[in-house]
Amino acid sequence: MSTTTPGSAAGTISLDRSTPAYGGFNRTLLRIELMRILRNKRTMFFTVVLPVIFFFVFRANSFNSGSGNASAWLMVSLALYGAFVANASTSAGVAVERAQGWSRQLRLTPLRGPAYILTKVLVSSAVAVIPLVVVYGLGLAFGSRAPAGDLVLAFVVSWLGSMLMALFGLAVGFLLPSENTMQVMGMAMTLLAFGGGVFIPQPVFSHAFDLFARWTPMYGVTAMAHAGLAGWSGAWMWVLNIVGWAAVLGGSAVWLFRRDTGRV
Amino acid sequence: MMTRTQKGTDRTRLAGGAAIRLDGVHKSFGDLHAVRGIDLQVEQGEIVAFLGPNGAGKTTTIDMILGLGRPDEGTVQTLGMAPRDAVSRGLVAAVMQTGGLLRDVSVAETVELTASLFVHTRDVQECLERAGIWGIRDQRVGKCSGGEQQRLRFAMALVSDPALLVLDEPTTGMDVTGRRDFWAAIRSDARRGRTVLFATHYLEEADQYADRIVLVRHGEVVADGTGAQIKARASGRTIRATLDRPDRAALLAIEGVEALDIRGESVTIGAHNSDAVARALLNTMGARDLEITAQGLEEAFMTLTSDANEGARA
Repeated sequence: MSTTTPGSAAGTISLDRSTPAYGGFNRTLLRIELMRILRNKRTMFFTVVLPVIFFFVFRANSFNSGSGNASAWLMVSLALYGAFVANASTSAGVAVERAQGWSRQLRLTPLRGPAYILTKVLVSSAVAVIPLVVVYGLGLAFGSRAPAGDLVLAFVVSWLGSMLMALFGLAVGFLLPSENTMQVMGMAMTLLAFGGGVFIPQPVFSHAFDLFARWTPMYGVTAMAHAGLAGWSGAWMWVLNIVGWAAVLGGSAVWLFRRDTGRV
Repeated sequence: MMTRTQKGTDRTRLAGGAAIRLDGVHKSFGDLHAVRGIDLQVEQGEIVAFLGPNGAGKTTTIDMILGLGRPDEGTVQTLGMAPRDAVSRGLVAAVMQTGGLLRDVSVAETVELTASLFVHTRDVQECLERAGIWGIRDQRVGKCSGGEQQRLRFAMALVSDPALLVLDEPTTGMDVTGRRDFWAAIRSDARRGRTVLFATHYLEEADQYADRIVLVRHGEVVADGTGAQIKARASGRTIRATLDRPDRAALLAIEGVEALDIRGESVTIGAHNSDAVARALLNTMGARDLEITAQGLEEAFMTLTSDANEGARA
């Protein structure tokens, strides 16, 4: 928040200054960043429309899906996928900011890497609420049935867990030139979703593929989102997966932001 | 507050040491040795022009002053601390020539966002007004002209009320009025103790607005002084005359001759005290067809900075 020093216009410039709390994290920054996303019609279109299309294309009828019906399983998966994509594509927008020299400009302010990364993650996760709400609404309207507690758990885990992809989007956005970022993100989201068991349920994985897939960044979150329906076996591994990837992606994002002072 | 006012000048000197201090700074990019041992001390309240042709190392040096680059060798301090620390306290701000703006937010939002990151700030409206863009505050940045964007960068730099303001080719894209308003604002802030370092490759601008000019070439400081001193250093005059049998030794013996070129009967002499040299030529050497030409500002600048052998780089 701005604090004005009254009457100092004629007075001398003060050298008695301090650095902001929380590395410069503040509500004004959060509000303006959020407004920027909500004003971006293209992002909003894909965030809302994509999961809706997927839901109607993939509406399944029968497979063993634990405590809920197959439609519930699919609802959880597609909502999660929508949340992953919303997070990743929103945060990958930093590539465009870099191209405009904005991240370099931010290096001339007190804003610290972690505060900026946190802002971006919060904004991305706010956007991710949209596909979650839309798909759960559609699912419940079109016959997805599961115990309420399992669905609430799935919703909350999906929302919080999908923030991992916001970190992924930031890391990619800080790493690649803006013209390549979106292609890479599209491809990466699809591959990671297969690896994570978003499209094809993890219980269907071959043992060999599962041994590989558990190292991929959507695996833990996806498993935990489905845990209400399919059980908690292997939960320690999911937690390890989530914590590990959060550290790797978050660390990369902060490091790449700090490094990013080049001229445009 | 650790401030004191110096009596007898209209400048305010704040505590905290020199505004800028570079000691033996070197910086290379691969094979390019962009900065080759710059020592520079800028006192608080000074308006200093950092003058040099493209590729002189101005931009690289500015980046190090702003904490955007680290010197390979030597040290950089701003207001007695590491550049990044001074930036974090809002003590240093910069107006860059290009980039640094988000196209999809409004003019006012840009300044508001910038202000939100600092602890000690001035009023957003005041900054917009001083930069002359209060009237277009709701306009998207992407729709602003180059001059308007430059004013916006200025407003952003004002919002933290910096003690050191670094400007890279600050008036690019501004019209005459914009330029005048801009420098008037800079001047009035210098009286409050603000130090200004601006990079330019226009000697005119440096001469007109700076208290002191630091001339760089090939990553080194080649001249440092007031505009008048810089001009004097480079602004010798050229004397041409025709002599029947020019005698090199005799010509060089004339007091004040700094450069000599003899082509047959035609003699070209470079000298500061051209009157004395001309008198000697006419009175004792029988010179004919004598003419004296003065170097202009731009020629003076060229004399100090030009080097035909090495390519320029931004």
